[in-house]
Amino acid sequence: MIMDIVQNGGICVDIRGVHKFFGDFQVLFDVNLQIDKGEVCVVLGPSGSGISTLLRCINHLETIGAGRIFVNGGLIGYEEKNGRLYCLSSEAIATQRQHIGMVFQRFNLFPHMTALENVMSGPVMVKGKRRREAEPFAVSLLQQVGLADHMRKYPGQLSGGQQQRVAIARAMAMRPDVLLFDEPTSALDPELVGEVLETMKDLARSGMTMVVVTHEIGFAREVADKVVFMDEGRIVEAGPSEQVLGNPQNERTKSFLSKVL
Amino acid sequence: MIDRIRERRRAALGFASKIDLDLMTEKSKTNLIEFNNPVPVRHYGRWVMTAFLVIMAVSIAASLATNPNFHWNVVGRYLFDPQILRGVGWTLGLTVVAMSVSIAIAAALVIMRDSGNPVLSKLSWFWVWFFRGTPVYTQLVFWGLLSVLYPRISISLPIVGDLFDLRTKDVFTPAAAAIAGLAFNESAYLAEIFRAGFKAVDGGQTEAAEALGMRRMKILLRIVIPQAMRMIIPPTGNETIGMLKTTSLVLAVPFAYDLTFAANTISNRLYLPIPLLVVAATWYLAITSLLMWGQSHLERHFARGLDRNQAAIMPKESA
Repeated sequence: MIMDIVQNGGICVDIRGVHKFFGDFQVLFDVNLQIDKGEVCVVLGPSGSGISTLLRCINHLETIGAGRIFVNGGLIGYEEKNGRLYCLSSEAIATQRQHIGMVFQRFNLFPHMTALENVMSGPVMVKGKRRREAEPFAVSLLQQVGLADHMRKYPGQLSGGQQQRVAIARAMAMRPDVLLFDEPTSALDPELVGEVLETMKDLARSGMTMVVVTHEIGFAREVADKVVFMDEGRIVEAGPSEQVLGNPQNERTKSFLSKVL
Repeated sequence: MIDRIRERRRAALGFASKIDLDLMTEKSKTNLIEFNNPVPVRHYGRWVMTAFLVIMAVSIAASLATNPNFHWNVVGRYLFDPQILRGVGWTLGLTVVAMSVSIAIAAALVIMRDSGNPVLSKLSWFWVWFFRGTPVYTQLVFWGLLSVLYPRISISLPIVGDLFDLRTKDVFTPAAAAIAGLAFNESAYLAEIFRAGFKAVDGGQTEAAEALGMRRMKILLRIVIPQAMRMIIPPTGNETIGMLKTTSLVLAVPFAYDLTFAANTISNRLYLPIPLLVVAATWYLAITSLLMWGQSHLERHFARGLDRNQAAIMPKESA
């Protein structure tokens, strides 16, 4: 168990009518998705279907062209006043991001810091805690992801799977309301995928709200409360995992699942 | 490998320890292997070349020592002459101050360039274009003549009136003009070095820091710059050594206290240019050596966690 998280129910991530363009190219078409508190939502889809982009819109790493995204009721990236939309300052966006954790495909650990310093980086550099205050929680997180023996090592001295587990601990150190996973196992050797998925399963069991973009159908089947299938920038099918994975209605979903299984 | 040789040597010297005993058994095992003992390729051409260069070097050294025209006694007498030592101090001071100012300007230029504001970005580009595109000697002359071009410097606001009004001569002393000339020119080169260093840091680093909720300045100071330093330090060290020698041009201002000027003054008095040039060159070499030593320490510091070739990446103990 990574943490005991008590969620009161209600909507955590609320995506309403989102369109996203890269120049003239439209990547997301009218995406609507609600994720409840404590829910694990797995987003599936072929590469280039806009799944990673959607995830990156949730913490405003990408700006949306139309629509609204709310996290715990707060509008992300903008402020709405008198019927007009105002961009938030980068400081205000940074404050919003403190409550949204993210785990990247390529880990993106800070290479000049040890595993422990990476995990403490959020509390120390963002929340302004002293190292001594931040250390016990960081150490316990590293213990929970099974890396207590490696906490003084630099990322370059760790395997891919270990690095990704450090990255999960780093995101958890900010005590986020929701964790976003952007293909967390795609850059790993096959034999290292399991240890990262185990860590994520522990997290899911603890009640963490998670949005996971992945190609690991087995993980979705075992852990997901909700599965969303996207293709060409649109949500094709969404619903409880047994329904979408066990009895897909859409032809596109059926052919995708038949290929990846 | 070296460790093994060292252990064997210890064993041969008769140190008896558990490690040595282990090594003995290891050794007896390796004794069973019949090692290849190939004859290396003989590079006769290299031997001839080596002999030639050694003879050349020895004869040049001998001629330096014996040629009376070098006046080694004069070199010895003036190496620690007060005027020379003051010159060394000024040269070192100009280098350090001009370099510090140019680092600050270059950092501002890089931030302006990537600010996303088109006017700031163009201004930064223009600064680099201008100060890199004109000779530093010309720039030094210009800053020296500034008080002739603009006898007074003042800023007036429409209603408030004069904010300040100063005589240029009082602000732009020769030392200030020399520092401005050197620093502005250098900042243009450093800005490009810094920009290259920042660009070389993986974009995922900034994204990860943003995702944690870090502010932009913090990302720059704590995430991007520490990683960019590895790329920035070697060329900046180059520039610092270059700056050390460029300070010899400050007579264009005219600024009359640096090492080259001091050496020239003495040699003009003695009618002996060679020994005083040797004195100046010795000091430039000494300062360069000092700077190189400092650079290697900085490089080692910023290699933390990033340099795979470093045999032991020592984890930092946290308090």
